[in-house]
Amino acid sequence: MSGITIKNIVKKYGDGFPAVNDVSIDVQDGEFVILVGPSGCGKSTLLRMIVGLEDITAGDLFIGDTRVNDLAPRERNLAMVFQNYALYPHLTVFENIAFPLRLAKVPDAEVDQKVRAASKTLELDEHLDRKPGNLSGGQRQRVAMGRAIVREADAFLFDEPLSNLDAKLRGQMRTEISRLQKRLGITTVYVTHDQTEAMTLGDRVAVLKRGVLQQLATPRELYENPGNLFVAGFIGSPPMNFLPAEVEGTTVTLPFGSVRIPQEMADKVQGRGLLMAGIRPEHFEDADLTDRATDGAVFTAQVDVVEWLGHETYAYLPFEAPPEVEQQLRQLEQDLDGESLHTQLVVSLDGSSRITEGGEARIWVDAAKMHLFDPATGDNLTVDRSRSGTIPSHAMQDAADPVPAV
Amino acid sequence: MREVDKRKIGLVLGIVVIMVWCLLPVVWMVSLSFKSADAVTVGSPGFLPSGGDGFAGFDNYVDAWNNTQFRRSILNSVGISLIATTLSVVIATLAAYAVARLEFRGKRFVLTTALAIAMFPVVSLVSPLFDLWRTLGLFDTWPGLILPYMSFTLPLAIWTLSAFFREIPWEMEQAAQVDGATSWQAFRKVIVPLAAPGVFTAAILTFFFAWNDFVFGFTLTSTETARPIPAALSFFVGADPFSRPAATLAAAAVIATIPIVLIVLIFQRKIVAGLTSGAVKG
Repeated sequence: MSGITIKNIVKKYGDGFPAVNDVSIDVQDGEFVILVGPSGCGKSTLLRMIVGLEDITAGDLFIGDTRVNDLAPRERNLAMVFQNYALYPHLTVFENIAFPLRLAKVPDAEVDQKVRAASKTLELDEHLDRKPGNLSGGQRQRVAMGRAIVREADAFLFDEPLSNLDAKLRGQMRTEISRLQKRLGITTVYVTHDQTEAMTLGDRVAVLKRGVLQQLATPRELYENPGNLFVAGFIGSPPMNFLPAEVEGTTVTLPFGSVRIPQEMADKVQGRGLLMAGIRPEHFEDADLTDRATDGAVFTAQVDVVEWLGHETYAYLPFEAPPEVEQQLRQLEQDLDGESLHTQLVVSLDGSSRITEGGEARIWVDAAKMHLFDPATGDNLTVDRSRSGTIPSHAMQDAADPVPAV
Repeated sequence: MREVDKRKIGLVLGIVVIMVWCLLPVVWMVSLSFKSADAVTVGSPGFLPSGGDGFAGFDNYVDAWNNTQFRRSILNSVGISLIATTLSVVIATLAAYAVARLEFRGKRFVLTTALAIAMFPVVSLVSPLFDLWRTLGLFDTWPGLILPYMSFTLPLAIWTLSAFFREIPWEMEQAAQVDGATSWQAFRKVIVPLAAPGVFTAAILTFFFAWNDFVFGFTLTSTETARPIPAALSFFVGADPFSRPAATLAAAAVIATIPIVLIVLIFQRKIVAGLTSGAVKG
């Protein structure tokens, strides 16, 4: 078992387009690191470079202390679970799990003992003689993991392992993977586009966009201190709201009204003109339901749609954005694989809220939790650097770049 | 209900018609092989051998089998067909894998040329080959037949197999390589077993071609050292050159058909087993 060090890794394809650009991540021994981002952000390419299925154009890759750039996949001693499981359909479950051991010419008795141990862990005992074609999705998933754990590999690599399962099974398998990883204490790199998996599984999460690392931090740091607009919009569901904002003194003018922010926050953003405010849906509340609704941060707004979920209520409040902000929001939406038709505020209120569709609502906002972004570069101006993990400096610039022609 | 019945009757009728159409010559051949020589020359009008003198029992088979030339030609046919099939399938498997997985210059050229060769009329090649083989000393030898059989069956085998390989997801090899396999091990332990139905299909096609070929077998051989069954049968002349021993010929033809039926039955099971072994994901 050992850590994985990714140093300034670049992957360029034939047309010169960098699928992965200057990414550096250090995965500690036994750590669970998630690579997350929208489709086409280079996360799978990065994983395939670690395992050796893609050549590395530039940069260094270390497993433990060994530089492995030029080693074949079989010499890297890593185990990988593929998105479609890649089980061998002509072999039984037993032989599928035993395959890596057979290749290593392990004696039969030891193979038997190891495979049975793995199948016991994964509760596959009664399926050992069956062929993968006769198994359900979750069982195939477990066989694929069995094939990885018999290996005693230096690290596990997962490439979107749960994306082929239905929602219920996905939740169960997620817990299963987490438990397994904790028990074996093995270094793990896990690729996903699902932020729930990213937040729940990872010790640390690396957010990628168009091949560039945006931020590498713990899930909590990512959520509370996103480094730029992209990370802020990507992490969290429903996503963070972005509103045009102007700051004067400690007063922030939003489309719905003005709110006050703490002095230290205001100091960071003075004299910047038009900014982009980011507020998470849960930092709003129905003014009638909170006793903190006194500090001049209450506004009235027209309610477009209400979704009542029992324990909470989502309300959608439309607003008009100035063109320069609108442009940035559309760009962001595109980066996040989303398709939002109009600018609106999503607020998450207590389930007991009585607001109605088409009516007016009094909403209180927790202004201290607000983030302020530079609309041109996308940088988070109010980020707390001591609690935001790693934000590569070039990621800041990149966020402002227009979409490269593909 | 009635609709279903009608369709069933139609299906059965169709099958019967096709079976009769296909099997009549075979049944006729079998029937002929049991008739006595006299019954054939005199003209026995019945489809089945008539009783008494008309029925020869297994005499014709014994006669055919006792002919040393015929026995030798069976050996030739079996040997040549098996060697040609094995070589052709092995080469085609490797070539098809390369065609399916690698991008190389001239790939399209190789494939189209292969197809063009397969379409080339066999007869037009016979005379040049005859001259060439005599010069090279390949005339009337096993390799002299194996080579043309291979070159005519390889294109089809490569096309069939590359289609099979293309169906196998890349992840299979990649998973094997991550599991610790070399490229060769991944190919041999994962890809070839998965392509088994394709391999057997290619094998059957090749074997058919080699076993049934008459033109090459007739022109590129002169003695029994390499003459295969179809050619040998045409040289099968009894004591009287003006009345060919039709009954004995029929018996010999039946014997020659047995191996091909066996091979198809054996391979067919493999093909079906391969096709039902299950997909990669659900």
